[in-house]
Amino acid sequence: MTSTLAQTPLHSWHVSHVGRMVDFAGWSMPVQYSSIVAEHRATRRHVGVFDISHMGRIRIAGPDRVQFLDHLLTRQMTDLAEGCIRYSLLCNESGGILDDVLVYRFDDQQNAHWLLVVNAGNRNKIASWLDQQSHAFNVELEDLTATTAMIAVQGPLAVQVIPRVIAAPPGHSFAKLKYYQSQPGTFHNTRVLVSRTGYTGEDGFELILPTGSAVELWNAILDCDPDYAAQAVGLGARDTLRLEAGMPLYGHELTEEINPLQAELHFAVNLKGRNFIGRESLQMIQQEIGQPQRVGLKLEGRRVPREGYRVLSDRADVGHVTSGTFSPTLEVPLAMAYVTPQVATEGSKLHVDIRGTSTAARVVKLPFYRRK
Amino acid sequence: MNHEELLYAETHEWLHLTEQDGDKIATIGISAFAVEALTDLVYIQLPEVGQKVSVGKSFGEVESVKAVSDLYSPIEGEVIEVNESLANDLEALSTDPYGKGWVAKIKLTDEGGLANLMDIDSYRKQCSDD
Repeated sequence: MTSTLAQTPLHSWHVSHVGRMVDFAGWSMPVQYSSIVAEHRATRRHVGVFDISHMGRIRIAGPDRVQFLDHLLTRQMTDLAEGCIRYSLLCNESGGILDDVLVYRFDDQQNAHWLLVVNAGNRNKIASWLDQQSHAFNVELEDLTATTAMIAVQGPLAVQVIPRVIAAPPGHSFAKLKYYQSQPGTFHNTRVLVSRTGYTGEDGFELILPTGSAVELWNAILDCDPDYAAQAVGLGARDTLRLEAGMPLYGHELTEEINPLQAELHFAVNLKGRNFIGRESLQMIQQEIGQPQRVGLKLEGRRVPREGYRVLSDRADVGHVTSGTFSPTLEVPLAMAYVTPQVATEGSKLHVDIRGTSTAARVVKLPFYRRK
Repeated sequence: MNHEELLYAETHEWLHLTEQDGDKIATIGISAFAVEALTDLVYIQLPEVGQKVSVGKSFGEVESVKAVSDLYSPIEGEVIEVNESLANDLEALSTDPYGKGWVAKIKLTDEGGLANLMDIDSYRKQCSDD
Protein backbone atom coordinates (compact mmCIF):
# COMPACT_ATOMS: atom_id res chain seq x y z
CA MET A 1 0.00 0.00 0.00
CA THR A 2 1.56 3.27 -1.05
CA SER A 3 1.75 6.09 1.44
CA THR A 4 0.02 8.49 -0.95
CA LEU A 5 -3.38 7.04 -0.07
CA ALA A 6 -5.47 8.88 2.51
CA GLN A 7 -6.17 7.00 5.72
CA THR A 8 -9.24 7.14 7.92
CA PRO A 9 -8.83 7.36 11.73
CA LEU A 10 -9.66 3.62 11.82
CA HIS A 11 -6.92 2.64 9.39
CA SER A 12 -4.68 0.96 11.98
CA TRP A 13 -7.66 -0.97 13.32
CA HIS A 14 -8.46 -2.29 9.84
CA VAL A 15 -4.88 -3.34 9.21
CA SER A 16 -4.51 -5.07 12.57
CA HIS A 17 -7.82 -6.89 11.99
CA VAL A 18 -6.63 -8.30 8.66
CA GLY A 19 -8.76 -6.00 6.54
CA ARG A 20 -7.77 -6.38 2.91
CA MET A 21 -6.88 -2.82 2.10
CA VAL A 22 -7.53 -1.44 -1.36
CA ASP A 23 -7.33 1.95 -3.03
CA PHE A 24 -10.85 3.34 -3.08
CA ALA A 25 -11.11 6.87 -4.49
CA GLY A 26 -7.65 7.67 -3.14
CA TRP A 27 -8.33 6.19 0.30
CA SER A 28 -6.87 3.03 1.77
CA MET A 29 -10.04 1.15 2.68
CA PRO A 30 -10.90 -2.41 3.77
CA VAL A 31 -12.74 -4.34 1.06
CA GLN A 32 -13.35 -7.21 3.49
CA TYR A 33 -12.10 -8.66 6.79
CA SER A 34 -13.41 -12.23 6.61
CA SER A 35 -15.62 -12.82 3.60
CA ILE A 36 -18.00 -10.55 1.73
CA VAL A 37 -20.85 -13.04 2.08
CA ALA A 38 -20.31 -13.47 5.85
CA GLU A 39 -20.16 -9.70 6.40
CA HIS A 40 -23.21 -9.18 4.18
CA ARG A 41 -25.23 -11.76 6.13
CA ALA A 42 -24.13 -10.36 9.48
CA THR A 43 -25.60 -7.01 8.40
CA ARG A 44 -28.88 -8.53 7.21
CA ARG A 45 -29.27 -10.72 10.31
CA HIS A 46 -27.61 -8.85 13.19
CA VAL A 47 -25.53 -5.75 12.83
CA GLY A 48 -22.68 -4.63 10.59
CA VAL A 49 -20.32 -1.78 11.41
CA PHE A 50 -18.78 0.19 8.54
CA ASP A 51 -16.01 2.77 8.42
CA ILE A 52 -17.37 5.36 5.99
CA SER A 53 -15.02 8.15 7.04
CA HIS A 54 -13.88 8.40 3.42
CA MET A 55 -17.24 9.98 2.50
CA GLY A 56 -16.88 13.75 2.09
CA ARG A 57 -18.47 16.01 4.71
CA ILE A 58 -18.87 19.64 3.71
CA ARG A 59 -20.31 22.27 6.04
CA ILE A 60 -22.24 25.21 4.62
CA ALA A 61 -22.96 28.20 6.84
CA GLY A 62 -23.73 31.90 6.29
CA PRO A 63 -26.92 33.88 5.80
CA ASP A 64 -27.55 32.70 2.21
CA ARG A 65 -27.05 29.01 2.93
CA VAL A 66 -30.63 27.95 2.18
CA GLN A 67 -30.88 29.89 -1.11
CA PHE A 68 -27.44 28.63 -2.11
CA LEU A 69 -28.37 24.98 -1.64
CA ASP A 70 -31.76 25.46 -3.25
CA HIS A 71 -29.93 26.87 -6.27
CA LEU A 72 -27.66 23.80 -6.53
CA LEU A 73 -29.78 20.85 -5.48
CA THR A 74 -32.40 19.09 -7.60
CA ARG A 75 -34.71 18.80 -4.63
CA GLN A 76 -36.34 21.61 -2.74
CA MET A 77 -34.52 22.38 0.51
CA THR A 78 -36.37 25.41 1.88
CA ASP A 79 -38.99 23.20 3.51
CA LEU A 80 -36.57 20.75 5.12
CA ALA A 81 -37.13 20.76 8.88
CA GLU A 82 -34.37 21.27 11.45
CA GLY A 83 -32.44 18.08 12.16
CA CYS A 84 -33.87 16.38 9.11
CA ILE A 85 -32.02 14.87 6.18
CA ARG A 86 -32.88 14.67 2.50
CA TYR A 87 -31.37 12.66 -0.34
CA SER A 88 -30.69 14.89 -3.33
CA LEU A 89 -28.60 15.31 -6.44
CA LEU A 90 -26.32 18.00 -7.80
CA CYS A 91 -26.54 18.40 -11.56
CA ASN A 92 -24.59 20.34 -14.14
CA GLU A 93 -26.28 22.70 -16.61
CA SER A 94 -27.08 19.82 -18.97
CA GLY A 95 -28.83 17.86 -16.24
CA GLY A 96 -25.98 15.36 -15.85
CA ILE A 97 -25.46 14.12 -12.30
CA LEU A 98 -22.43 15.60 -10.53
CA ASP A 99 -23.10 13.66 -7.34
CA ASP A 100 -25.79 12.20 -5.14
CA VAL A 101 -25.69 13.52 -1.60
CA LEU A 102 -27.33 13.56 1.79
CA VAL A 103 -28.26 17.04 2.99
CA TYR A 104 -28.60 17.76 6.72
CA ARG A 105 -30.13 20.92 8.20
CA PHE A 106 -29.19 22.38 11.59
CA ASP A 107 -30.78 25.58 12.82
CA ASP A 108 -29.15 26.02 16.25
CA GLN A 109 -28.82 29.75 16.81
CA GLN A 110 -25.08 29.89 17.49
CA ASN A 111 -24.18 27.35 14.89
CA ALA A 112 -26.78 27.30 12.11
CA HIS A 113 -25.47 25.35 9.14
CA TRP A 114 -26.14 22.62 6.63
CA LEU A 115 -24.08 19.57 5.96
CA LEU A 116 -23.56 17.74 2.69
CA VAL A 117 -22.33 14.17 2.72
CA VAL A 118 -20.84 13.50 -0.70
CA ASN A 119 -19.19 10.53 -2.37
CA ALA A 120 -15.47 10.11 -1.64
CA GLY A 121 -14.61 10.05 -5.33
CA ASN A 122 -16.48 13.32 -5.94
CA ARG A 123 -15.35 15.25 -2.88
CA ASN A 124 -12.79 17.49 -4.59
CA LYS A 125 -15.02 18.04 -7.59
CA ILE A 126 -17.99 19.02 -5.41
CA ALA A 127 -15.88 21.21 -3.13
CA SER A 128 -14.67 23.13 -6.20
CA TRP A 129 -18.17 23.25 -7.67
CA LEU A 130 -19.61 24.68 -4.45
CA ASP A 131 -16.78 27.17 -4.23
CA GLN A 132 -17.26 28.23 -7.85
CA GLN A 133 -21.02 28.63 -7.44
CA SER A 134 -20.81 30.43 -4.11
CA HIS A 135 -19.62 33.82 -5.35
CA ALA A 136 -23.10 35.31 -5.70
CA PHE A 137 -24.03 34.07 -2.22
CA ASN A 138 -22.99 34.98 1.29
CA VAL A 139 -21.96 31.52 2.47
CA GLU A 140 -19.01 29.91 4.21
CA LEU A 141 -17.83 26.50 3.09
CA GLU A 142 -15.73 24.16 5.19
CA ASP A 143 -14.58 20.64 4.40
CA LEU A 144 -14.91 18.60 7.62
CA THR A 145 -13.79 15.30 6.13
CA ALA A 146 -10.32 15.28 7.67
CA THR A 147 -11.41 16.37 11.15
CA THR A 148 -14.34 13.99 11.55
CA ALA A 149 -14.95 10.27 11.26
CA MET A 150 -18.12 8.58 10.01
CA ILE A 151 -19.32 5.15 11.06
CA ALA A 152 -22.41 3.30 9.82
CA VAL A 153 -24.15 0.80 12.11
CA GLN A 154 -26.62 -1.19 10.04
CA GLY A 155 -28.88 -4.16 10.57
CA PRO A 156 -31.93 -5.22 12.56
CA LEU A 157 -30.08 -4.98 15.89
CA ALA A 158 -28.56 -1.53 15.24
CA VAL A 159 -31.53 -0.01 17.07
CA GLN A 160 -30.49 -1.91 20.21
CA VAL A 161 -26.78 -1.17 19.90
CA ILE A 162 -26.87 2.62 19.45
CA PRO A 163 -28.78 3.54 22.65
CA ARG A 164 -26.43 1.33 24.66
CA VAL A 165 -23.33 3.08 23.38
CA ILE A 166 -24.39 6.68 22.76
CA ALA A 167 -26.30 8.79 25.30
CA ALA A 168 -29.25 10.74 23.94
CA PRO A 169 -30.11 14.15 25.41
CA PRO A 170 -32.79 14.13 28.13
CA GLY A 171 -36.23 13.46 26.68
CA HIS A 172 -34.83 11.91 23.51
CA SER A 173 -34.34 8.32 22.44
CA PHE A 174 -32.30 7.07 19.50
CA ALA A 175 -34.61 4.08 19.20
CA LYS A 176 -37.44 6.53 18.42
CA LEU A 177 -35.42 8.61 15.97
CA LYS A 178 -37.32 8.65 12.67
CA TYR A 179 -35.88 7.60 9.34
CA TYR A 180 -33.89 10.47 7.75
CA GLN A 181 -33.71 12.44 10.98
CA SER A 182 -30.69 13.25 13.11
CA GLN A 183 -30.02 13.91 16.76
CA PRO A 184 -26.75 14.69 18.52
CA GLY A 185 -25.74 12.46 21.41
CA THR A 186 -22.66 11.96 23.55
CA PHE A 187 -20.11 9.19 23.82
CA HIS A 188 -17.61 9.64 26.69
CA ASN A 189 -18.20 13.41 26.66
CA THR A 190 -17.69 13.61 22.91
CA ARG A 191 -20.48 14.90 20.71
CA VAL A 192 -21.68 12.38 18.14
CA LEU A 193 -24.19 13.25 15.43
CA VAL A 194 -26.54 10.28 15.06
CA SER A 195 -28.75 9.95 12.00
CA ARG A 196 -31.17 7.21 11.01
CA THR A 197 -29.78 6.71 7.54
CA GLY A 198 -27.85 4.08 5.63
CA TYR A 199 -26.90 2.45 2.39
CA THR A 200 -27.74 -1.20 3.02
CA GLY A 201 -31.51 -1.57 2.87
CA GLU A 202 -31.57 -2.35 6.60
CA ASP A 203 -32.62 -0.21 9.51
CA GLY A 204 -29.57 1.57 10.84
CA PHE A 205 -27.68 4.65 11.88
CA GLU A 206 -24.78 6.74 10.67
CA LEU A 207 -22.55 8.52 13.15
CA ILE A 208 -20.33 11.57 12.68
CA LEU A 209 -17.80 12.43 15.38
CA PRO A 210 -14.35 13.97 15.88
CA THR A 211 -11.53 11.74 14.59
CA GLY A 212 -9.95 11.37 18.05
CA SER A 213 -12.83 9.29 19.42
CA ALA A 214 -13.39 7.12 16.36
CA VAL A 215 -11.48 4.00 17.44
CA GLU A 216 -12.95 4.08 20.93
CA LEU A 217 -16.50 4.37 19.61
CA TRP A 218 -15.88 1.72 16.95
CA ASN A 219 -14.67 -0.72 19.61
CA ALA A 220 -17.51 0.16 21.96
CA ILE A 221 -20.03 -0.70 19.24
CA LEU A 222 -18.34 -3.98 18.33
CA ASP A 223 -17.94 -5.01 21.98
CA CYS A 224 -21.20 -3.67 23.37
CA ASP A 225 -22.79 -7.12 23.75
CA PRO A 226 -21.57 -10.43 22.33
CA ASP A 227 -25.22 -11.43 21.77
CA TYR A 228 -25.50 -8.83 19.02
CA ALA A 229 -22.62 -10.46 17.12
CA ALA A 230 -21.70 -7.06 15.65
CA GLN A 231 -19.16 -7.42 12.90
CA ALA A 232 -16.91 -5.03 11.01
CA VAL A 233 -17.95 -4.89 7.37
CA GLY A 234 -15.83 -3.79 4.42
CA LEU A 235 -16.61 -2.06 1.15
CA GLY A 236 -17.21 -5.39 -0.63
CA ALA A 237 -20.36 -6.14 1.37
CA ARG A 238 -21.32 -2.46 1.39
CA ASP A 239 -21.56 -2.84 -2.38
CA THR A 240 -23.55 -6.12 -2.37
CA LEU A 241 -25.91 -4.75 0.30
CA ARG A 242 -26.68 -1.51 -1.58
CA LEU A 243 -27.08 -3.44 -4.82
CA GLU A 244 -29.71 -5.77 -3.30
CA ALA A 245 -31.41 -2.66 -1.94
CA GLY A 246 -31.52 -1.22 -5.48
CA MET A 247 -29.51 1.86 -4.54
CA PRO A 248 -27.44 3.49 -7.27
CA LEU A 249 -23.70 4.06 -6.83
CA TYR A 250 -21.92 7.06 -8.28
CA GLY A 251 -19.45 6.10 -11.01
CA HIS A 252 -21.65 3.14 -11.94
CA GLU A 253 -25.38 3.94 -12.16
CA LEU A 254 -24.77 7.68 -11.83
CA THR A 255 -22.34 9.78 -13.88
CA GLU A 256 -22.25 13.21 -15.49
CA GLU A 257 -23.54 11.55 -18.67
CA ILE A 258 -26.63 10.22 -16.85
CA ASN A 259 -29.55 12.40 -15.79
CA PRO A 260 -31.78 11.75 -12.74
CA LEU A 261 -34.85 10.92 -14.83
CA GLN A 262 -33.28 8.01 -16.67
CA ALA A 263 -31.71 6.90 -13.37
CA GLU A 264 -35.28 6.53 -12.07
CA LEU A 265 -34.61 9.13 -9.37
CA HIS A 266 -37.71 11.25 -10.09
CA PHE A 267 -38.41 11.38 -6.37
CA ALA A 268 -35.19 13.38 -5.91
CA VAL A 269 -36.09 16.06 -8.48
CA ASN A 270 -38.56 18.91 -7.90
CA LEU A 271 -38.95 20.84 -11.15
CA LYS A 272 -42.06 22.82 -10.23
CA GLY A 273 -41.94 26.38 -8.95
CA ARG A 274 -38.21 26.63 -8.44
CA ASN A 275 -34.97 27.13 -10.26
CA PHE A 276 -31.72 25.24 -9.90
CA ILE A 277 -28.72 24.40 -12.00
CA GLY A 278 -29.78 21.84 -14.60
CA ARG A 279 -33.50 22.48 -14.24
CA GLU A 280 -34.09 23.74 -17.79
CA SER A 281 -32.29 20.77 -19.28
CA LEU A 282 -34.21 18.35 -17.07
CA GLN A 283 -37.48 20.00 -18.09
CA MET A 284 -36.62 19.30 -21.73
CA ILE A 285 -35.31 15.82 -21.03
CA GLN A 286 -38.64 15.05 -19.38
CA GLN A 287 -40.36 15.36 -22.80
CA GLU A 288 -37.79 13.20 -24.55
CA ILE A 289 -38.45 9.60 -25.32
CA GLY A 290 -35.96 6.89 -26.07
CA GLN A 291 -33.46 7.51 -23.28
CA PRO A 292 -31.93 4.38 -21.74
CA GLN A 293 -33.46 3.63 -18.33
CA ARG A 294 -32.01 2.11 -15.19
CA VAL A 295 -33.49 -1.33 -14.49
CA GLY A 296 -32.88 -4.31 -12.24
CA LEU A 297 -32.03 -7.65 -13.82
CA LYS A 298 -32.28 -11.09 -12.28
CA LEU A 299 -30.26 -13.74 -14.10
CA GLU A 300 -30.38 -17.50 -14.45
CA GLY A 301 -27.50 -19.72 -13.40
CA ARG A 302 -24.71 -18.63 -11.08
CA ARG A 303 -22.44 -16.56 -13.30
CA VAL A 304 -22.08 -12.96 -12.28
CA PRO A 305 -22.99 -10.13 -14.66
CA ARG A 306 -20.31 -7.45 -14.30
CA GLU A 307 -19.96 -3.81 -15.19
CA GLY A 308 -19.79 -3.19 -18.92
CA TYR A 309 -21.32 -6.51 -20.03
CA ARG A 310 -23.78 -6.07 -22.87
CA VAL A 311 -27.53 -6.59 -22.47
CA LEU A 312 -29.25 -8.23 -25.43
CA SER A 313 -32.83 -8.58 -26.66
CA ASP A 314 -33.22 -11.10 -29.47
CA ARG A 315 -29.48 -10.77 -30.03
CA ALA A 316 -29.74 -7.00 -30.51
CA ASP A 317 -27.64 -4.85 -28.18
CA VAL A 318 -30.07 -2.92 -25.94
CA GLY A 319 -27.81 -1.70 -23.16
CA HIS A 320 -25.14 -2.51 -20.61
CA VAL A 321 -24.66 -3.61 -17.02
CA THR A 322 -23.50 -0.91 -14.58
CA SER A 323 -23.19 -3.10 -11.42
CA GLY A 324 -23.64 -6.78 -10.81
CA THR A 325 -23.12 -9.37 -8.15
CA PHE A 326 -24.14 -12.75 -6.87
CA SER A 327 -26.75 -11.85 -4.29
CA PRO A 328 -25.85 -13.36 -0.91
CA THR A 329 -29.48 -13.01 0.28
CA LEU A 330 -31.40 -14.18 -2.79
CA GLU A 331 -28.61 -16.48 -4.01
CA VAL A 332 -29.02 -15.51 -7.64
CA PRO A 333 -26.97 -13.23 -9.90
CA LEU A 334 -28.32 -9.66 -9.98
CA ALA A 335 -27.47 -6.57 -11.96
CA MET A 336 -28.44 -3.00 -12.51
CA ALA A 337 -28.31 -1.96 -16.14
CA TYR A 338 -29.26 0.82 -18.52
CA VAL A 339 -31.46 -0.46 -21.34
CA THR A 340 -33.59 1.08 -24.08
CA PRO A 341 -37.10 2.00 -22.84
CA GLN A 342 -38.76 -0.54 -25.16
CA VAL A 343 -37.34 -3.40 -23.08
CA ALA A 344 -37.23 -1.61 -19.71
CA THR A 345 -40.58 -2.94 -18.52
CA GLU A 346 -40.95 -5.38 -15.65
CA GLY A 347 -40.93 -9.00 -16.82
CA SER A 348 -39.10 -8.18 -20.04
CA LYS A 349 -37.00 -11.19 -21.09
CA LEU A 350 -33.44 -10.27 -22.00
CA HIS A 351 -29.97 -11.78 -22.10
CA VAL A 352 -26.63 -10.70 -20.72
CA ASP A 353 -23.50 -11.56 -22.65
CA ILE A 354 -21.27 -13.05 -19.97
CA ARG A 355 -17.88 -13.38 -21.64
CA GLY A 356 -19.39 -14.83 -24.80
CA THR A 357 -22.19 -16.85 -23.16
CA SER A 358 -25.67 -15.45 -23.59
CA THR A 359 -27.34 -15.78 -20.18
CA ALA A 360 -31.10 -15.38 -19.65
CA ALA A 361 -32.14 -12.35 -17.59
CA ARG A 362 -35.44 -10.80 -16.61
CA VAL A 363 -36.25 -7.19 -15.79
CA VAL A 364 -37.49 -7.04 -12.20
CA LYS A 365 -38.76 -4.30 -9.95
CA LEU A 366 -36.21 -2.51 -7.76
CA PRO A 367 -35.29 -3.01 -5.00
CA PHE A 368 -34.34 -6.66 -5.30
CA TYR A 369 -34.51 -6.94 -1.52
CA ARG A 370 -36.80 -5.18 0.92
CA ARG A 371 -36.54 -5.74 4.66
CA LYS A 372 -39.58 -7.15 6.44
CA MET B 1 -2.42 -35.14 -1.78
CA ASN B 2 0.52 -33.73 0.10
CA HIS B 3 0.73 -30.15 -1.06
CA GLU B 4 4.43 -30.01 -0.25
CA GLU B 5 5.14 -32.45 -3.05
CA LEU B 6 3.10 -30.76 -5.76
CA LEU B 7 4.25 -28.49 -8.57
CA TYR B 8 2.86 -24.98 -8.89
CA ALA B 9 2.27 -22.55 -11.73
CA GLU B 10 2.85 -18.82 -11.46
CA THR B 11 -0.92 -18.45 -12.04
CA HIS B 12 -1.65 -20.47 -8.83
CA GLU B 13 -2.67 -23.83 -10.26
CA TRP B 14 -1.15 -26.92 -8.64
CA LEU B 15 -0.20 -30.04 -10.52
CA HIS B 16 0.34 -33.64 -9.49
CA LEU B 17 2.05 -35.90 -11.99
CA THR B 18 1.46 -39.66 -12.25
CA GLU B 19 2.09 -42.33 -14.88
CA GLN B 20 -0.60 -44.56 -16.26
CA ASP B 21 -0.03 -47.12 -19.05
CA GLY B 22 3.01 -45.18 -20.19
CA ASP B 23 1.11 -41.88 -20.33
CA LYS B 24 1.84 -38.95 -18.06
CA ILE B 25 -1.32 -37.78 -16.30
CA ALA B 26 -1.50 -34.45 -14.48
CA THR B 27 -4.14 -33.76 -11.86
CA ILE B 28 -4.68 -30.01 -11.64
CA GLY B 29 -6.28 -27.85 -8.98
CA ILE B 30 -6.17 -24.36 -7.50
CA SER B 31 -3.79 -23.54 -4.67
CA ALA B 32 -5.12 -22.77 -1.19
CA PHE B 33 -3.45 -19.37 -1.44
CA ALA B 34 -5.43 -18.50 -4.58
CA VAL B 35 -8.74 -19.80 -3.22
CA GLU B 36 -8.21 -17.84 -0.03
CA ALA B 37 -7.48 -14.71 -2.05
CA LEU B 38 -10.65 -15.14 -4.11
CA THR B 39 -13.10 -15.92 -1.24
CA ASP B 40 -16.87 -16.10 -1.73
CA LEU B 41 -16.74 -18.47 -4.70
CA VAL B 42 -20.00 -18.74 -6.59
CA TYR B 43 -19.24 -20.60 -9.80
CA ILE B 44 -16.69 -22.74 -11.59
CA GLN B 45 -16.59 -23.27 -15.32
CA LEU B 46 -14.94 -26.66 -15.80
CA PRO B 47 -13.24 -27.76 -19.00
CA GLU B 48 -14.81 -30.55 -21.06
CA VAL B 49 -13.50 -34.07 -21.35
CA GLY B 50 -11.67 -34.37 -24.64
CA GLN B 51 -10.80 -30.68 -24.69
CA LYS B 52 -7.25 -29.87 -25.80
CA VAL B 53 -5.40 -27.52 -23.51
CA SER B 54 -2.14 -25.68 -23.99
CA VAL B 55 0.40 -23.95 -21.81
CA GLY B 56 -0.75 -20.61 -20.41
CA LYS B 57 -4.17 -20.78 -22.11
CA SER B 58 -7.42 -20.57 -20.18
CA PHE B 59 -9.22 -23.88 -19.74
CA GLY B 60 -11.89 -22.78 -17.29
CA GLU B 61 -12.79 -20.04 -14.89
CA VAL B 62 -13.62 -19.56 -11.29
CA GLU B 63 -15.91 -16.80 -10.20
CA SER B 64 -16.31 -15.11 -6.83
CA VAL B 65 -18.70 -12.39 -5.69
CA LYS B 66 -16.00 -9.83 -6.40
CA ALA B 67 -14.24 -11.06 -9.52
CA VAL B 68 -13.78 -13.73 -12.15
CA SER B 69 -10.44 -15.47 -12.71
CA ASP B 70 -9.31 -17.72 -15.52
CA LEU B 71 -7.82 -21.11 -14.84
CA TYR B 72 -4.69 -21.46 -16.92
CA SER B 73 -3.35 -24.76 -18.07
CA PRO B 74 0.26 -25.21 -16.97
CA ILE B 75 0.78 -27.93 -19.58
CA GLU B 76 -0.16 -29.16 -23.02
CA GLY B 77 -2.51 -32.10 -23.30
CA GLU B 78 -6.04 -33.42 -23.39
CA VAL B 79 -8.60 -33.34 -20.60
CA ILE B 80 -9.49 -36.92 -19.65
CA GLU B 81 -11.56 -36.31 -16.53
CA VAL B 82 -13.12 -33.36 -14.72
CA ASN B 83 -14.34 -33.03 -11.15
CA GLU B 84 -18.07 -32.65 -11.88
CA SER B 85 -18.90 -32.68 -8.17
CA LEU B 86 -17.39 -29.19 -7.78
CA ALA B 87 -20.42 -27.65 -9.53
CA ASN B 88 -22.51 -28.46 -6.45
CA ASP B 89 -19.72 -28.37 -3.91
CA LEU B 90 -17.60 -25.28 -4.50
CA GLU B 91 -16.72 -25.45 -0.81
CA ALA B 92 -14.36 -28.33 -1.61
CA LEU B 93 -12.08 -25.82 -3.34
CA SER B 94 -11.46 -24.11 -0.01
CA THR B 95 -11.92 -26.96 2.49
CA ASP B 96 -9.83 -29.52 0.59
CA PRO B 97 -8.00 -27.74 -2.26
CA TYR B 98 -5.45 -30.55 -2.76
CA GLY B 99 -7.95 -33.40 -2.43
CA LYS B 100 -11.67 -33.19 -3.16
CA GLY B 101 -11.05 -29.78 -4.72
CA TRP B 102 -9.13 -31.13 -7.73
CA VAL B 103 -10.36 -29.63 -11.00
CA ALA B 104 -9.25 -31.77 -13.95
CA LYS B 105 -7.00 -34.59 -15.09
CA ILE B 106 -5.00 -33.99 -18.21
CA LYS B 107 -3.05 -36.47 -20.34
CA LEU B 108 0.15 -34.77 -21.39
CA THR B 109 0.96 -34.56 -25.09
CA ASP B 110 4.09 -32.51 -24.50
CA GLU B 111 6.22 -32.10 -21.41
CA GLY B 112 7.49 -28.63 -22.29
CA GLY B 113 5.33 -26.78 -19.77
CA LEU B 114 6.66 -28.74 -16.80
CA ALA B 115 9.96 -26.87 -16.84
CA ASN B 116 8.19 -23.64 -15.88
CA LEU B 117 6.59 -25.05 -12.75
CA MET B 118 7.79 -24.34 -9.23
CA ASP B 119 8.25 -26.47 -6.16
CA ILE B 120 6.52 -25.52 -2.92
CA ASP B 121 9.38 -23.35 -1.66
CA SER B 122 9.58 -21.23 -4.79
CA TYR B 123 5.79 -20.97 -4.88
CA ARG B 124 5.62 -19.87 -1.25
CA LYS B 125 8.19 -17.22 -2.02
CA GLN B 126 6.10 -15.96 -4.93
CA CYS B 127 3.01 -15.77 -2.72
CA SER B 128 4.77 -13.85 -0.01
CA ASP B 129 6.08 -11.38 -2.61
CA ASP B 130 2.59 -10.87 -4.09
